Amino acid sequence: MKRRLFLRSAMAGSAVATAIGAGLLTPSMVFANSSSFKTRSDAVTASLTDAGQGSFKFKAPNIAENGAVVPMTVDASKIKGVTNISFYIKNNFTPLAASFNLSGAQGYVSTRVKMVKTSPVIALVTAGGITTSKTQEVKVTIGGCGG
Amino acid sequence: MANIKLKPKARKGVIGIKCLIKHPMETGLRKKKGKIVPANHIENMVILHNGNKIVDADIGSSISKNPYFKFNVSGKKGDLIKLKYKDSKGKTGSMTVKSK
Repeated sequence: MKRRLFLRSAMAGSAVATAIGAGLLTPSMVFANSSSFKTRSDAVTASLTDAGQGSFKFKAPNIAENGAVVPMTVDASKIKGVTNISFYIKNNFTPLAASFNLSGAQGYVSTRVKMVKTSPVIALVTAGGITTSKTQEVKVTIGGCGG
Repeated sequence: MANIKLKPKARKGVIGIKCLIKHPMETGLRKKKGKIVPANHIENMVILHNGNKIVDADIGSSISKNPYFKFNVSGKKGDLIKLKYKDSKGKTGSMTVKSK
């Protein structure tokens, strides 16, 4: 009898646990990024094929030992009228890492990103309405996004 | 809490703005003891130079923990550089520094 009682209470307990689990999985927590950012990321994915080869400098390591911190630099100071610089990591859950809208600043951005695994990294520079890109493969030995 | 390091340095008519924001930058995908750590990352960052917006950045969760950025803007010593950010939890932080 005692055992049955225990089983029943255990089952009830697990039901509560699933309910909490369901409550935890609200959309804002499942989707890592806000939906607007997601749409932008998708838009960038679509525009990638149109982008020509860029004439700017893109610096990223060939091998990143730690995927949690991968430094990369875009130097497009020689290009006039740079309006946007974006970093795009193909194999990440949200490929668009960041998009910098520049107005007045020179075409230079340096930052650090997280990478799940080895992936081509694409730097996009928009100047005068024309987007150009440059790609570099970055090898990651330890992923940085957990999961 | 909001902890920003902002170091603008003028050299030959160009201010190099280095900034470091202390932020966990949780993606919302990582699990800790089987539970998902809620997303908490910087969504938007703005840099102002003497009150004019020069950088307006949309930042995703792929930017590393304690994000570091560097920008260049033409200017001189003594110019005011301001950084503002907003994260996905609605928290904001700002800092104003005179360029060295």
